[in-house]
Amino acid sequence: MDLSMLWYLVPSVIMLACGIYGFVTRKNLIAILISLELMLNSADLNFVVFNRYLFPGSMEGMAFSLFAIAIAAAETAIAIAIIINIYRAIGNTDITEIKKLKF
Amino acid sequence: MDYSQFGSMIPELIVLGIFMVVFLFDTFSGEKGKKILTPMATILFLLGTIAIWIVPASGEEIFGGMYVNNTATNAIKAILNVGVFIVLLQSAKWVQSDEVAIRKGEFYELLLVTLFGMYLMVSARHFLLFIIGLESASLPLAAMVAFNKRHYESHEAAIKYIMTAVFSSAILLTGLSFVYAFSGGSLYFSDIAVNINRGEMSGLLLAALAFVIAGIGFKLSLVPFHLWTADVYEGAPTAVTSYLSVVSKGAAAFAFFIIFVQCFGSVYSDAWEWMMYAVIILTITVGNLFAIRQKNMKRFMAFSSISQAGYIMLGAIAADGLGLASMMFYIFVYVVSNLGAFAVISTIEDNTGKLSMDDYNGLHKTNPKLSFLMTLAMFSLAGIPPFAGFFSKILIFTSVTGTGSWALYMLVLIALINTIISLYYYLLVVKAMWISPDEPKIGNFESGRCQRVSLVLCGAGIIFFGLVPYIYQYCYDAVMNSSDIIASIMVFVFR
Repeated sequence: MDLSMLWYLVPSVIMLACGIYGFVTRKNLIAILISLELMLNSADLNFVVFNRYLFPGSMEGMAFSLFAIAIAAAETAIAIAIIINIYRAIGNTDITEIKKLKF
Repeated sequence: MDYSQFGSMIPELIVLGIFMVVFLFDTFSGEKGKKILTPMATILFLLGTIAIWIVPASGEEIFGGMYVNNTATNAIKAILNVGVFIVLLQSAKWVQSDEVAIRKGEFYELLLVTLFGMYLMVSARHFLLFIIGLESASLPLAAMVAFNKRHYESHEAAIKYIMTAVFSSAILLTGLSFVYAFSGGSLYFSDIAVNINRGEMSGLLLAALAFVIAGIGFKLSLVPFHLWTADVYEGAPTAVTSYLSVVSKGAAAFAFFIIFVQCFGSVYSDAWEWMMYAVIILTITVGNLFAIRQKNMKRFMAFSSISQAGYIMLGAIAADGLGLASMMFYIFVYVVSNLGAFAVISTIEDNTGKLSMDDYNGLHKTNPKLSFLMTLAMFSLAGIPPFAGFFSKILIFTSVTGTGSWALYMLVLIALINTIISLYYYLLVVKAMWISPDEPKIGNFESGRCQRVSLVLCGAGIIFFGLVPYIYQYCYDAVMNSSDIIASIMVFVFR
């Protein structure tokens, strides 16, 4: 079966939208982190799909998405470390309780 | 592979060398060695800074054009180095305090790694290298923001910073993936510039540019993307706040100019001129209006730095060699004026723990020298002659009006009106220190040796940078001698 580019781009956009929606509405830091991962993965998917369909002769998009995945892993590691610090300080990871700094 | 190419990356090699020395020394030296870590790191960094000022740029493109080291990138690296050196001096007392002393090596290592990332960001001519630089500049910064382990505020600031930083880089990556669709299969800035043209203006290109502006705008804290700034600046340790507000912002502003002029120069008037126009007006105005009601000095400086970022971006909307030169000069002046203000804030915080503006009432009775320097810094940030801030503002306004478009004249007019608003809140601090009749809340104290050096450096910079023409001439020559930037500007003017 021959799939056109649209079959990959629409799920990617849905992933991005779900990620943004989750980032804005979820109250748990871990859930927010998962939403961020969704957004990063949708960008990687875009790169791979554009490379495969538009520029099959080169590998630039594939290489870029490999680096982007590695960077996303580093970001998650640091975010998790900070979430653990928060957990030690206030006993949970609920963002409604992280509200001392405002205005 | 030809390893001799690495020899062209002189500034990066210097910072990496300092990093390795500090790292190995911190790991293997005993308790006695830890005592000389701070002076060693500071002196090594001073030598590195001098070396970057002296060693001429090779002007070579290496790794197939991914990385370029020309006079303009060399100059901005030297400017960033001056900022980092002043931050090192300011933080000397804080890193010796009981809470931090045991981990001070980590502070220097993270600082140097972020600086290395900013170097890559400034020198990159390929989006892969740019993203790697951007992330290695922003991820260690999150760890630095969380450095005060025992303070809850530090953790809250760090989680806000890392979440918005990752969100913004996800947005930026999405934007770049759209740009990649137009680029003809290459992510080199020069190839993208060839493949993007007016004929193919479409919604996708506009979305891509908006995403890229949003992604880099987060780092610069331009206005619709500024909400993290005040919280992070308030919660972070003061040394990290001053680093965030000048050095990281300066590098991002320069990289922004390079990306938008070199890659997207040909769609300037169609796509991103009006986007940046709106963003700059919002940034300057909202930053100013929110600064008026702040009572905490670090939050106050956060909103002041948001509005200053708007002025810096005026150089990007001018988008020519003069714009870049005056932008670099503005960043240099901003480094000394903002760090001057932060030097006073951190000196007072280290010695008395006071941070509120009300605590500054009557400061001149007990600490006249600190009050004097704070006044100089505030005058310079507001742009009162004859201090450096006046000349940097005049040069950046001239570069914008020099383009000759009436819309940009209006932009300069709005920026000028905002300068007057900013005068009000900068003078609130001066009023608290000199005119307020209250009894001083901060007693007389002796500041540390390193802090005194940083205060004198900033004061001298504020007074002399405007009056000594060599500094602006240095920025101007650096831009005019870097052929690839000038060539891309030329192409885009003639279109």
